[in-house]
Amino acid sequence: MSEEAPPKIMRRKPVTDHPMSDLLRIDRFPHVWCPTCGLGTVVNCLGTSILKTPEVDPNHIAVVSGIGCAGRGAGYLRFDSFHTTHGRALPFATGLSLSRPDMKVIVFSGDGDIVSIGGNHLIHAARRNMDMVVICVNNFIYAMTGGQTAPTTPTHARSSTSPFGNSDPPFNLPYLAASCGATYVARWTALHVRRLQKSISEVLKKKGFSFIEVISPCPTLYARLNNLGTGLDLMRFYHDNSEINNDADLKSLDINFKGKIICGKFVDLDSPTYRDRYDEENEHILGDKFIPYDLPDFPHISSNSDKEKIEK
Amino acid sequence: MTGKIKQIKTVPADPRGVLTGSHYLDGDHAAAEGCIAAGSRFFAGYPITPATEIAERVSARFPRIGGIFVQMEDELASMNAILGASWGGAKAMTCTSGPGFSLMMENFGLGIMLETPCVLANVQRGGPSTGLPTLVAQSDMMQARWGSHGDYEVIALVPDSPQECFDLTITAFNYSELYRMPILIMMDECVGHMTERVIIPEADKIRIVPRRYTTESPSTYLPYKADDDLIPPMPPVGEGYRFHVTGLTHDEKGYPVMNAATQKKLVSRLINKVKDHAEEIIITDEKYMDDAEIVLLSYGITGRVAIPAIEKAREEGLKVGSMRLKTVWPFPEKRIREMSKHIKGFVFPELNMGQVVLEAERCACGNCKVVRVPHAGGWVHDPEVIYDAIKEAAK
Ligand SMILES: Cc1ncc(C[n+]2csc(CCOP(=O)(O)OP(=O)(O)O)c2C)c(N)n1
Ligand code: SF4
Ligand SMILES: [Mg+2]
Repeated sequence: MSEEAPPKIMRRKPVTDHPMSDLLRIDRFPHVWCPTCGLGTVVNCLGTSILKTPEVDPNHIAVVSGIGCAGRGAGYLRFDSFHTTHGRALPFATGLSLSRPDMKVIVFSGDGDIVSIGGNHLIHAARRNMDMVVICVNNFIYAMTGGQTAPTTPTHARSSTSPFGNSDPPFNLPYLAASCGATYVARWTALHVRRLQKSISEVLKKKGFSFIEVISPCPTLYARLNNLGTGLDLMRFYHDNSEINNDADLKSLDINFKGKIICGKFVDLDSPTYRDRYDEENEHILGDKFIPYDLPDFPHISSNSDKEKIEK
Repeated sequence: MTGKIKQIKTVPADPRGVLTGSHYLDGDHAAAEGCIAAGSRFFAGYPITPATEIAERVSARFPRIGGIFVQMEDELASMNAILGASWGGAKAMTCTSGPGFSLMMENFGLGIMLETPCVLANVQRGGPSTGLPTLVAQSDMMQARWGSHGDYEVIALVPDSPQECFDLTITAFNYSELYRMPILIMMDECVGHMTERVIIPEADKIRIVPRRYTTESPSTYLPYKADDDLIPPMPPVGEGYRFHVTGLTHDEKGYPVMNAATQKKLVSRLINKVKDHAEEIIITDEKYMDDAEIVLLSYGITGRVAIPAIEKAREEGLKVGSMRLKTVWPFPEKRIREMSKHIKGFVFPELNMGQVVLEAERCACGNCKVVRVPHAGGWVHDPEVIYDAIKEAAK
């Protein structure tokens, strides 16, 4: 009997670090979010998408948040990150994006923040096709302040300020964003991690105003006030009640209490951004006299002098 | 002890934006030229009388000098857009008047908290509410001081002429970089809409304070670790610092920390970085002060309206001096307190029902008379009324 060589043991590099440790502010953990809250999953999807999109340099990503549970996102993501005021992430991001076209500006915030108090900014940033990615985490409620009605709360759902049920109709966010001019519109739930990651990867490589709604469980407030169980139960609900239809009529995307959630990528088109139009319009009239905005002077410290990367 | 403000090497203005020469401009247009000469290449605004002309001129000039202008959906957005642009590295400005100033207040506070250099011009009109859209007032002076919630100090400059609108806008940008905060230019409808000669110097005669960037490497840099002069140098965006800033109370790392000790440390520094440098920040225009027994305090257009009253009183032998404040906030409290011990009284006309005069009363502490000369706005004072007030102080 010939001696057989012992089977080769595949030796992997030992894992000493969390794969996302470069992209998260681990020194801030534990985070403030509740167990089984969907926000961690959404942050994870954003991080994974960035890792999987080598075209974008993490040093050239900025995250801007407003105020709320979702608004804490900027605090945990290790990029140049800005935690602003309630509702104002989009105009802050507008200034940042216009002054720094070399940066990929991502707004990460909640439904109340972006659609209620910041609603005016949403429609105008979309109309102008401002170059930014908006990740709107919709938990159907104002969570940070204790579960009050949001403009996304489904009719009949209970909140702390609609104790007998919400009488108002909610916004249909994809329809709203698309009708205002967003050039990329998608909706996923926190359960659709791979599809959400794919969407984020797509918008990271895209110019213009991209809007991704992420339906996300808030077990502590939305679920508790409406007897919907735990975060896991909500995930199960998404599993059983969501339907993917990229071709869905935008008008049909309303979300009813305990109703179906239609997900998908609904809009993906190319259209000139605010900056493109500004330059074109002025150049058309001024000709040679037009001087386009250039990056301001700032010290270059990082080794990767990737000036070529600057997309116009 | 707080160190003297770090002297940053100034640079000459970018000649591309400087319209060197003698011009006939109104105050709004002059402020726009000041903004451009100071090196601003980002402006966000929302139309409002009597400030709109600043935005209009900038919007016409920017495409020829490499600037980017954006008319935002409201003043909340304008204020935030300039904060974002400033973090991006641009020198950024917005302008407004009373109603828009109210809307900007929350995020003016964000600018204070994040320590963001930028400039906000308020061309004051009569209030409250919509008030007198086309007519003069100086009634937002206390709002400038206290309009956003919380404890903080502000720097507010007040020009009295189109020339000063130009000059002080440049000063405002320089202060914003030196003290790392939003600076207020408290114009008024009269100064904004009056047309006079404005001399714009050659670019190399205009000194610009560049941004005070950190020299630390990303691995050791702390966004809110201040130098001896209480000012923390800024990080450049996009260069691997991966810093975090928040409107929440934060530590040197920029991370939120919710306790009384961190609050005390942060708020004290935000206040002291202005208070401890007040002498360097305060600019005044003084006349006849050597022998003054009565001091006429004023700012903006009211300083000019008071001139005939002062001249008339001096002709009659009354020893009246004039101290026009180009910096109203921080208020020159040391000077006023000291002066109050040696003079008969202050006279303080303002186009409001009594705002900054409260500071003069506080500092005079009963040592001398403080004569109020209030005016509800809509027109400037009759110099005779100011003259009568001088006589009253001399009694
Ligand atoms: C001007 C202002 N108004 C109100 C608040 C209080 N506030 C903080 S978070 C929040 C709601 C956040 O809701 P959402 O954006 O949906 O975030 P969530 O907590 O649900 O993730 C409100 C009303 C505030 N911080 N600022
Ligand atoms: S309250 Fe809701 S949204 Fe906020 S952290 Fe808890 S589960 Fe998440
Ligand atoms: Mg919410």
